[in-house]
Amino acid sequence: MSPAAPHHAVLLAPGTPAPDFTLHATPDQTLSLEEFRGRAVILAFYPADWSAVCGDQMALYNQILPEFRKLGAELLGISVDGVWCHAAYAAEKHIHFPLLADFEPKGAVARQYGAYREQDGYCERALFVIDAEGVIRWSYCSPVGVNPGADGILEALEGLQTTGAGAAS
Amino acid sequence: MSAGRLSVPIGERDHAAGPADAPVTLVEYGDYECPHCARAHPVVARVRESLGSTLRFVFRHFPLTEVHPHAEHAAEAAESAAARGRFWEMHDSIYAHQRDGLEDDDLAEYAAALGLDAGEMLAEIEDEAHIERVKADFMGGVRSGVNGTPTFFVNGVRFDGDWTDAGAFAAALRDAAAGAGRR
Repeated sequence: MSPAAPHHAVLLAPGTPAPDFTLHATPDQTLSLEEFRGRAVILAFYPADWSAVCGDQMALYNQILPEFRKLGAELLGISVDGVWCHAAYAAEKHIHFPLLADFEPKGAVARQYGAYREQDGYCERALFVIDAEGVIRWSYCSPVGVNPGADGILEALEGLQTTGAGAAS
Repeated sequence: MSAGRLSVPIGERDHAAGPADAPVTLVEYGDYECPHCARAHPVVARVRESLGSTLRFVFRHFPLTEVHPHAEHAAEAAESAAARGRFWEMHDSIYAHQRDGLEDDDLAEYAAALGLDAGEMLAEIEDEAHIERVKADFMGGVRSGVNGTPTFFVNGVRFDGDWTDAGAFAAALRDAAAGAGRR
């Protein structure tokens, strides 16, 4: 991202109920946020499939998935790529979590979360941790070119556990 | 994403080369199958030579096995060598041979060339004798915000400068040494 483009969408803040959505995870299967009530959810909006190599954010999260699940959380990736693109990407990178297609109307879910880049037509690199009651507890927007890593997500999930608002036990 | 600080301090378990009281400690999180790490390896070697005893170098494993399917066994092979006091030789050998292959047979060959018992090494890999150690390095890296490889930390602070040029990298580390001296 060039320094001359300071525009950032304003992400939904902690304390906000997470807007529900239903998106395609595969060509013939949809997922709704509501289905995950009772568990914590990590929403990872990202600009595009196929955009990087070794430092790839989704590949990193794929690897950390067991740790996320240990903390009672499910991970959902979201971009404006279509289902067939997601399917090819997931197969190539051995992605073990759902990649949702915010494809039609394009970016509608990302807009609801304040995670859409109007000027570019794709999602911000934005992270949300949603608790078991469906309330956003943490959000973070990274510069588009910077992989935000996973330390912030892990800290947020641990925060849920200590306050008892994470996965229902 | 956080402050870019090393969250796991250097400890007994670490593979460290150079004096413990060196003014600069360089930590690398690396993956043996990552081409960028292979590129960084000779650069780090030149930097270590250039800084001499003012530098302590620490290597920690960050195998991204979903994209680099041989990286974890390679890391375990290095740990097997480490259990015999030969970590750095195996580490150097794996990077030197990255493009020749990192299948278990290849790792065995590199170990044997160093005079290590390849059969023992393969048995340890098979038994996952060193896997916890490798995973601990990985999760420590995640906690420090490591998001890809190689990621460097200089005196505990993430280094986002240019590591591809040994001269520039060494200069940045000398600055860190001077900064440490002033404190």
